[in-house]
Amino acid sequence: MALTVAVHKLTSCSGCQLAFLNQGPALLSLMEKVTFVHFIEAGLYDPNTPVDLALVEGSVTTKDDLERLKQVRAHCRYLVTMGACATSGGVQALRNMANVDVWKRAVYARPDFIDTLADSTPVAEHVKVDFELWGCPVTQAQLDQLILQLSRGVLPKDDAEKVCMACKRAQQVCVMVTRQEPCMGPVVRTGCGALCPSFGRGCYGCFGPSEQPNGDSLANRFAGLGLQPEEIVQRFAGIHSHTPSHQAQIKRWQQLIVKEIE
Amino acid sequence: MTDFVPMTARLVAKTAEGDRLDTLHLKLNSDQPFGFEFGQFNMLAIPGIGEIPISIMGWQDDCLLHTVRGVGRVSDAMLALPEGSTLGLRGPFGNGWPLARFEGRDLVFITAGLGCAPVVAAINHAVTHRNRYRRIVILQGVKHHQDLLWQAKYDAWRDMGDCQVLLAASEEQKRKYHWRLGMVTELLAFAEFDPSHCAVMICGPEIMMLSAIPYLKQRQVADGDIYLSMERNFQCGQGLCGHCQLGPYFVCRDGPVFCYPDVKPWLGVKGF
Amino acid sequence: MPSRPGYSSTVAMDKVYLPRGSLGELYQALVDEGYEVIGPQEQQDAIVFAPLSGIEQLPWGRQEFTAPGQYRLDNASEQRAFHWNTGPQSFKPWLFKPQQVMWLGQETDDGIVFKAPVSDAKPRAFIGVRSCDIAALYLQDQHFMHGPHPDPWYSEQRRQLCIVAVNCSRAADTCFCVSTGDGPEATYGYDLLLDELDDGYLVQAKGERGNRILATLPTQGATPLQQRHAEEQLARAARQSRQMPDADTLKSLVEHLSDEQWLRIAERCLACGNCTSVCPTCFCSKQEAEQDLVSGEHQQVRVWDSCFSEQHGHIAGKNIRGEVSQRYRQWVLHKLATWQDQYQRSGCVGCGRCISWCPAAIDLVEEVNLMLGSRHD
Repeated sequence: MALTVAVHKLTSCSGCQLAFLNQGPALLSLMEKVTFVHFIEAGLYDPNTPVDLALVEGSVTTKDDLERLKQVRAHCRYLVTMGACATSGGVQALRNMANVDVWKRAVYARPDFIDTLADSTPVAEHVKVDFELWGCPVTQAQLDQLILQLSRGVLPKDDAEKVCMACKRAQQVCVMVTRQEPCMGPVVRTGCGALCPSFGRGCYGCFGPSEQPNGDSLANRFAGLGLQPEEIVQRFAGIHSHTPSHQAQIKRWQQLIVKEIE
Repeated sequence: MTDFVPMTARLVAKTAEGDRLDTLHLKLNSDQPFGFEFGQFNMLAIPGIGEIPISIMGWQDDCLLHTVRGVGRVSDAMLALPEGSTLGLRGPFGNGWPLARFEGRDLVFITAGLGCAPVVAAINHAVTHRNRYRRIVILQGVKHHQDLLWQAKYDAWRDMGDCQVLLAASEEQKRKYHWRLGMVTELLAFAEFDPSHCAVMICGPEIMMLSAIPYLKQRQVADGDIYLSMERNFQCGQGLCGHCQLGPYFVCRDGPVFCYPDVKPWLGVKGF
Repeated sequence: MPSRPGYSSTVAMDKVYLPRGSLGELYQALVDEGYEVIGPQEQQDAIVFAPLSGIEQLPWGRQEFTAPGQYRLDNASEQRAFHWNTGPQSFKPWLFKPQQVMWLGQETDDGIVFKAPVSDAKPRAFIGVRSCDIAALYLQDQHFMHGPHPDPWYSEQRRQLCIVAVNCSRAADTCFCVSTGDGPEATYGYDLLLDELDDGYLVQAKGERGNRILATLPTQGATPLQQRHAEEQLARAARQSRQMPDADTLKSLVEHLSDEQWLRIAERCLACGNCTSVCPTCFCSKQEAEQDLVSGEHQQVRVWDSCFSEQHGHIAGKNIRGEVSQRYRQWVLHKLATWQDQYQRSGCVGCGRCISWCPAAIDLVEEVNLMLGSRHD
């Protein structure tokens, strides 16, 4: 029996959905295991038919997102978040650190047209989530693994292992040690196979915090490598700024930013 | 090469033992006799899902018995397998209880918590070969009455000759017939056995082992007559993967059954 | 700190001289013997072992500068091929592979059928191996080959290994092999051993294979001056600033179970596993179950693990080592103390990789000395 799947989108760039569609020939094998019921990007609209699996892309930033999310949860057996936005609030959660009314006025000519919640929040802050696919965007391998495992009745193994482990297995040389590149690898989870270090640059943490991240120590190290507090804040305030461990470093280093005296 | 590459085992029957607890009857796709000791374990694999260590419960009608409790991804999936499925099996691994050495002695079994399969397997063996051993004392502790697995087995053992079964519930308010309130180690005060001619087999949390041992010493049981079945993360079963390293041992290879003096310095040390 | 007193090199008198211009013939001799030659070369800003297409690929005139958390390559004062000491990896990844398929499973009408993967082991010769890494190799041999369950993949590659070792002519700042007794001179475990001089090499062979290869090379008798130079540079390499306490002292680490220093280290430790990945003796692995979406074939893959990973101490319902402080303690106590009970020596060979490759710049030797110098709890 193929899994029935609905792919929903809240506030997001739709890039994670492309991980499904960009599979190439593997999509045919995947189609043997799933039956899409609702997937707007693939031309299917049927949001409220009950399904085995609802994949949710995007964060909750509007009242409409929240209402739809509750419906999604009510109509699925497994709810799995797909990507950084749905899982941690995404890059748009940066606004949570600002005043919503101030930036609305700054960005839009008619701010009164904008109906938005104050914060961009992850799905798990609102409804029960059965499994989270981190990553910005998610990879085909993550989705394939999810489908393969669910079609056999189990959830995938949740691996919050650090990027460094994958990096060393791939025989990458540590760029923080050789080039003093500030690399987020030691505090963020893998999933990418240490992609950035394989091109000689530091990891910027698109898969979100790892198990037991020691942000204090890594940020101190960044400071030791010559990064200014503002630059350290930027490292943690990228894609997953709304996660508690990144938030802790953002707050800690924001206090140290030297502001010009007016 | 059953060490590294599994042999195929067919799930010919499943016996429900309790809540999320089944005994799997596995027929091996091999003509070789499968020798094992109680207390040893096999690595059971569902290809593509995972591999877990499961204690060997016994051998019956040409089938290997494994009692599996659903406590995680892989064990849940194992319980969900329909009869007729095949899975992978590597083993047996580790050292079991030296039951042959215990012949002619009183046997004392102490377990706490859920599903202490290594001890239950040894009890089954002792009961099956009743005349080889003298008195049998079984002490079992759980949090709540209903947590006790194999209730019927315990009742049957209690009714058997020269066998004492004592049960304790640590988080119950009311006493139930056959039960005491409190920790399993407190049952030792009521256990009747010959301390100078016994073998004690313990399985459960290390904190329980640590609290049982002073009671046993009080009863003048020699350290060398106390055996423990230890639990660690076993991923290879061969002492290669490193997860179960404990002091000078790899528990999967050098245990899981240890004679108490051999693991004394490491027992219950937080973080080992 | 001065080097350990009493250290004296033992450059053997049976060494012969190979002019620099003939090093290529050594390379060719290995190829002619049927080996894939693996050698040091500069990649990713470091000296790494990789298949060597010729001696011109060697890191001529390059050396590394190391410190806790730092590794930098720069031009050396001398145009030598082996003026460096270590790269981020020993030859561990060639024997105990970061990823190793353990078995394959295919669904058939008759149930799942299991089979062993095809091994990619082949005759491989390593050039430029140091004494610390040979010591580590022998420790890994003990673990992977000499236990009750010999690892077939490790063993198969190990049996087809030819080792051309090089005595160190200098020591990096993070080296401490003298204190562990593992260097800077290679005394066992090689087929050929080189001392690199300004204009050539002193060469010594061990065993039938080494002597056979040596016999094909255009060597000359070594002069007393060449031998003295080799001795002098070995003595220079033996001057190391870091010292690991001796084996018996390390055993007493087990008396420091509740030392507060473990907590202080854990404040800095990222638990990233870099130290265990670069350590030439660390052997932890975990297994991953994989399935190919298209073919449906199952694979059980063994991958490098680390005792610093959260999952390492995980058993159903609990984690034996939930705290990072407990994991650092696990690593140190095993590597330096209880390893001795398992393998009759400490698991540290003094290569210093865990120091230079720690992104948090934690210095194992310093931490251990601090702890052992501190009051017992």
